[in-house]
Amino acid sequence: MNFPETLKYTKDHEWVKIEGDQALIGITEFAQGELGDIVYVDISTEGETLEKDAVFGTVEAVKTVSDLFLPLSGKIIEVNKELDSNPELVNSDPYVKGWMIKTSIQNKSEIDTLLTAAQYKELIGH
Amino acid sequence: MIKNTSLTPIHIQLNAKMAPFAGYNMPISYQGINAEHETVRQAVGVFDVSHMGEFIIKGPGALDLIQRVTSNDASLLTDGKIQYSCFPNEQGGIIDDLLVYRLTADSYMLVVNASNIEKDWNWISLQNNQGVEMHNISEKTSLLAIQGPKAAEALQSLTDINLKDMAYYTFKKGKFCGIDNVLISATGYTGAGGFEVYFENEHAISIWNAVFESGASFGIKPIGLGARDTLRLEMGFCLYGNDINDTTSPIAAGFGWITKFTKEFTNHKSLLAQKENGVPQKLVGFEMIDKGIPRHDYEICDASGNIIGKVTSGTQSPSLQKGIGMGYVSTSFSKSGTELFIKVRDRFLKAQVVKLPFYKNS
Repeated sequence: MNFPETLKYTKDHEWVKIEGDQALIGITEFAQGELGDIVYVDISTEGETLEKDAVFGTVEAVKTVSDLFLPLSGKIIEVNKELDSNPELVNSDPYVKGWMIKTSIQNKSEIDTLLTAAQYKELIGH
Repeated sequence: MIKNTSLTPIHIQLNAKMAPFAGYNMPISYQGINAEHETVRQAVGVFDVSHMGEFIIKGPGALDLIQRVTSNDASLLTDGKIQYSCFPNEQGGIIDDLLVYRLTADSYMLVVNASNIEKDWNWISLQNNQGVEMHNISEKTSLLAIQGPKAAEALQSLTDINLKDMAYYTFKKGKFCGIDNVLISATGYTGAGGFEVYFENEHAISIWNAVFESGASFGIKPIGLGARDTLRLEMGFCLYGNDINDTTSPIAAGFGWITKFTKEFTNHKSLLAQKENGVPQKLVGFEMIDKGIPRHDYEICDASGNIIGKVTSGTQSPSLQKGIGMGYVSTSFSKSGTELFIKVRDRFLKAQVVKLPFYKNS
């Protein structure tokens, strides 16, 4: 399983790619594997400013539904529209084409609370 | 302690996603639910369902005992025929649903749900006041469900029994993979056609391997319990613990067709009254009109937001590519075409009652 060193992670199995004042967010390869075939990615919070750990959407797999938690406080400035018609991109390419949201980071000090790839791997026992 | 089937080591070796189910460590999926579902609908797949329970009921009083504890009329069976049935309880609910196999005129096999083996056994034992011989062979019996349109072709090289001519809900005992006394049953829980094959545990690994070898050119694949659930739900088949339980009426569950008032059985008087006078709630199937997936325990509402029932089973249908579900609703909302709203988190998503099965075989 692949957990790129360049990304940060959360205990809720999201990944975060820091790009200056913005963050690109999705779910990890481990998370997509646990969920199984993803059917819908339901994010209706575009334009909203939410606190860290707030639910910004849900992901529906055939057998289960899971909330998506915002790793860093900020405004959701873009949602990956491609996932409306191709939600399986989250399964097939979780770190690139399967990205979910882009946010503007409100509080950069929160970045220190995120996990490194090594810490995340330890968390999931890999 | 969690139990293994004789095939658990094979599932682990195949890298299946495993989870406890009814006390057994069972394969949930191997390559993904959608792909496995498709394999069964289009070709052939193999489920290890050895966790299921099997009882042998034997002797002169066997039929009488079965008639008293089950709702369907087992006297209509002939040798080699199978019947779907249920055990009603005295409080109006269902102890379990089951298959009744007539081995001979005074010898039957009952196949019950894994989670209910002990409950069912205790109940039948309690009703067995004639000293009918009973054997619980669940622990030593393995069961493979080999399901899909290519099942007969995929297995034919393993037996002299003519598989493609076996009628639905019949069985034969014979040689399979060189092993005597294997019970081959033209039944299943998928609506895709195929067989359920019962044999003793010691043969499990060799039969599993032979089945995959024989089926290789037909695209045979192992299938987990995840796809078993989506396949059965597309057919509108009830799952004990979800759609039926100790408190759900067989009449409300749509089991009228297996509830025969030609004989006396547990709670038959009150069930007959329900059949004649109607029931306040009925189990219905519904399809989502709005985008969304119904799940177990979600509320079912009318257009004004009043709660009229609860979802008992729900999923995204891999074949139909939309949300489908079943649930009990007030009888006035049970007609096909009726608009329902499923409360998915904070939203009311539109759905409509449809006739079962959801998936219609070509």
